[in-house]
Amino acid sequence: MPAKDHSFTRYDEELEDIRNRVLQMGGLVEQQVHDAIRALVEGNFEQMTKVDRNDHNVNAYEMEIDGTCALIIARRQPTAVDLRMLMGISKIVTDLERCGDKAALIARKAMLIYANRNMVHIPCIAGINEIGEIAAGLLRTALNCFARQEALAAAAIVRDDLEIDYKFQAITRQLITFMMEDPRLISIAFEVLFIAKALERIGDHAKNIAEQIIFITRGTDVRHIALAQLELEAKGSEREE
Amino acid sequence: MQQAEIALPNSEPNVPSSAELRTQIAFKNFNFYYGKYHALKNITLDIFHSQVTAFIGPSGCGKSTLLRTMNRMYDLYPEQRAEGSLLLDGEDVLDKRMDINHLRARVGMVFQKPTPFPMAIYDNIAFGVNLQERLSRSAMDDRVEWALRKAALWDEVKGILKQSGMSLSGGQQQRLCIARGIAVKPEVLLLDEPTSALDPISTMRIEELISELKQDFTIVIVTHNMQQAARISDYTAYMYLGEMIEYGVTDQVFIKPQKKATEDYITGRFG
Repeated sequence: MPAKDHSFTRYDEELEDIRNRVLQMGGLVEQQVHDAIRALVEGNFEQMTKVDRNDHNVNAYEMEIDGTCALIIARRQPTAVDLRMLMGISKIVTDLERCGDKAALIARKAMLIYANRNMVHIPCIAGINEIGEIAAGLLRTALNCFARQEALAAAAIVRDDLEIDYKFQAITRQLITFMMEDPRLISIAFEVLFIAKALERIGDHAKNIAEQIIFITRGTDVRHIALAQLELEAKGSEREE
Repeated sequence: MQQAEIALPNSEPNVPSSAELRTQIAFKNFNFYYGKYHALKNITLDIFHSQVTAFIGPSGCGKSTLLRTMNRMYDLYPEQRAEGSLLLDGEDVLDKRMDINHLRARVGMVFQKPTPFPMAIYDNIAFGVNLQERLSRSAMDDRVEWALRKAALWDEVKGILKQSGMSLSGGQQQRLCIARGIAVKPEVLLLDEPTSALDPISTMRIEELISELKQDFTIVIVTHNMQQAARISDYTAYMYLGEMIEYGVTDQVFIKPQKKATEDYITGRFG
């Protein structure tokens, strides 16, 4: 983050405000993801309903922050790091909103699973819990990196997302095995698969947010490049004073 | 049926790299003094042919001084002097033997405030041309029309060429000055804050004009309006306290400046 303040203090306040709003939105989304996983694991129907209902607040945050971004761009014509910050924020809130959608989807799928449940256990629930904890953790780390503008730690998120992808593949294989062994599980296994996919996508969104943080801090677009190159860009070079 | 080729996105900047461009003006270890005051310090800079180069920086940083050295405006003041090397197409601009009138015909200049001569619109253009070359009446008519068309003013003044240049609006007067500047077919056009006294519509027309003129002329512009530099220039130089802090492709300077000082200035953290 730039050390110096703007000559316009109001401009500084506007940028500070929008950063805080992103963090508040991130906090809400993180809570939604966490609550959705808890509700699924514990079979808490009330919690599932709450998560589903709360999703409109996430959507409202996204629209408000995007609107503020447009206002600042129109008023201040930002350049360099300020411009990158606003562009990055506009993309980050889209990813956060999608994470919110996934949390709501998990809650709705959990409702379906528990409503139709006439068996003792949900297949792969331990794996789902594990992948959910990792995804929520990545999201939390991404938000911390955004707050502190840490490019290197953000690069680590991109690497850690691979772990979720592997675990998702493992869960998919296990679910296929369950379905082959007991066809009565097919409908429920499908719901679980949707949930696993939603969690895997949350990991992807955390990765996207991390890429935006590297763009904001280093000025390099690191999307769609090899991981090793991304890590190099995140290290960056010391800029001349 | 043959399928149309699908255009692919291009992530490369659309400005040619410095290696592909011809250097028109080259400063090397250039210093400038107002008496004892050292106004420009060791400037080394290449200005490229058919590109728009913008100088930005806070007041007093030396950008207008640097602009004025290119056609030796400072020659009028005996206490001002330049040292180092300044080449225009390989010719030494600082050489005392250089014909100053010829130099100024090659390097035209437009100032912050419109400065039309107190004479007819037609004569405003013809005056400078007459000093440089002998043209027949019809050739002069053609040249006046050409310059006014290039300056996007012809349609507005073609019926009132005998009217005084002073009767035009501020934006039209500035375009008249640009027409006057290009009528002698210079190689380089220097613009010293050409739109700072103009309203947004006139500013927009001048900016559009600059983009068109760069096909034929090398343009160097000093501006306090950073968005203007970002909009119209291909290369941008940031100056501070007489030094060249950063010089590069405009898109890079405004999105990812290499120096912290440049970033502080263009994001408004200066002061």
